[in-house]
Amino acid sequence: MSGMVFEGTAHTYGRDVDTDVIIPARYLNTTDPDELAGYCMMDIDGDFAQRVQPGDIIVAGENFGCGSSREQAPVAIKAAGVACVVASSFARIFFRNAINIGLPILVCPGASEEIDTGDTVRVDMEQGVVTDLTSGKSFQAERFPEFMQEIVAAGGLMNHVREQLK
Amino acid sequence: MASTLAEKIISAHAGKDVKPGEIIVTGVDVTALQDGTGPLAIQQLEELDMVRAHNPAKTVLFIDHAAPSPRKELSNAHMSLRRFARETGAVLSEISEGVCHQRLVESFVSPGDILIGADSHTCTSGALGAFSTGMGSTDVAIGIATGKTWLKVPETIRIELTGSFSKGVYAKDLILHLIGMIGADGATYMALEFGGPGAEAMEMSERFTLANMAVEAGGKTGLFAADSRTRAYLEERGRGDDFREMTPDEGASYARIIEIDLSTLEPTVSAPHTVDNTRKVSEALGTRVDQVFIGTCTNGRLEDLRVAASILEGRQRHPDTRLIVTPASRDIYRQASGEGLLATFAAAGALVTGVGCGACVGVHGGILGDGEVCLATQNRNFQGRMGNAEAFIWLASPATAAAAALAGEIVDPRDYIKD
Repeated sequence: MSGMVFEGTAHTYGRDVDTDVIIPARYLNTTDPDELAGYCMMDIDGDFAQRVQPGDIIVAGENFGCGSSREQAPVAIKAAGVACVVASSFARIFFRNAINIGLPILVCPGASEEIDTGDTVRVDMEQGVVTDLTSGKSFQAERFPEFMQEIVAAGGLMNHVREQLK
Repeated sequence: MASTLAEKIISAHAGKDVKPGEIIVTGVDVTALQDGTGPLAIQQLEELDMVRAHNPAKTVLFIDHAAPSPRKELSNAHMSLRRFARETGAVLSEISEGVCHQRLVESFVSPGDILIGADSHTCTSGALGAFSTGMGSTDVAIGIATGKTWLKVPETIRIELTGSFSKGVYAKDLILHLIGMIGADGATYMALEFGGPGAEAMEMSERFTLANMAVEAGGKTGLFAADSRTRAYLEERGRGDDFREMTPDEGASYARIIEIDLSTLEPTVSAPHTVDNTRKVSEALGTRVDQVFIGTCTNGRLEDLRVAASILEGRQRHPDTRLIVTPASRDIYRQASGEGLLATFAAAGALVTGVGCGACVGVHGGILGDGEVCLATQNRNFQGRMGNAEAFIWLASPATAAAAALAGEIVDPRDYIKD
């Protein structure tokens, strides 16, 4: 788990970002992650899929991922190249789904109000620290239980189970 | 130890008294997938070489979200569900059967069960006194193959209901009011437990509407005690043997108790684009409505259709407002047909569709145009929900929806209810 540190450009959103805007149902015609990634955030941030660079970081307010249970939401975010999602809080199904598919997420109240889109952000998963390198501000996040970090590090629950079965 | 309903059901499965916050591994009684989330779950099991169902008779695959299929890609997804059912013996619920949550309460879930389903509104079955919760494809896939899942025992918010609804006010108005009060994340990670004399007097259809929307406040499930009404509901469906009394213990401990006097409520709507953006109908009067949609797992039941039909009977929809009615399940469709409700809708100028999720999920059958406004009886009004990010969705009861179809704008349903 050590070494899970991400550095990338922030894309900042408000509260209640729901899974319908993360990946609208009309694009759920495939399970192919790369195809899903092309529609990621389409309904609230039209050119996100074109703009996002590998390693970028999503920073959002409360209740990120509320709504539908569609696992394609974290799949689309991960396949779009997003390294990590930092939010004040997550809706519970999205939280489970993100862990299960190996998308690193971090609960960090307050960060979204201080971090601007375009800032360079550094996320240390192990220490649970989020740093805005542009402004120099630092935020303490909640650390995950060890077993959840292991699942994320393995790339998701299925990979984790596969490793355990070996 | 005095337990809430959620704690009681989970304790019975865990074989020990559980406390909120505890993470436990538990057996599951019923598992469910639908055509939007199922293909991914099946793909996961195929990749792990685990194409099997621990309890095939209680593993149910629903084709309801895009039924009948509007695209070849979705047709292929449907084929993967049918193939999985053939290979594992799991139950397939075809395009003609209806919305998963309605079918689950009609035929599959019993009081005291634990149900996990790959659909967020799986919480609907909580109205039967079952611990039912939505999860993602991978979680449910593992549940199907192993018969187990992990859960964090939730804290419970008790919704204590007194009094009774005044004319023109329904369970939908209550749940919108409640979500407006506590917010879209007001119950995150928690169970909502509805009780008190106001809850005991409610029909099952009203309880389903309330439990269905628990997730719109972030809730893990919405629960009702299993009582004589639950028993009668199951008996009507030839499932009397599935009944078990389930009640919370006196003195159980709650994270929060919210008291609501039902007689104080008024017709309520949610304005675009979040469910907690609620207001009284009286504060939304005159809002133009292009499309009215009556149906879904929230309000597509027989009782809902009766309310809507009683308002529409002998009247005509507004010429600029189209009306779509989608019964939630085949049983409801047959009963509504037998009672003449579907003919009433057609006579009023409605399009009556086959059963399923219909227009709610924005895949087919009622996608909105740019700038258009829909008033719907469903549970979500998120931007883009009905297939167009440039459209606007308001949520309301079937009565408010039917009245809007007549007036072409949001009106007070009490002015349209016949005495």
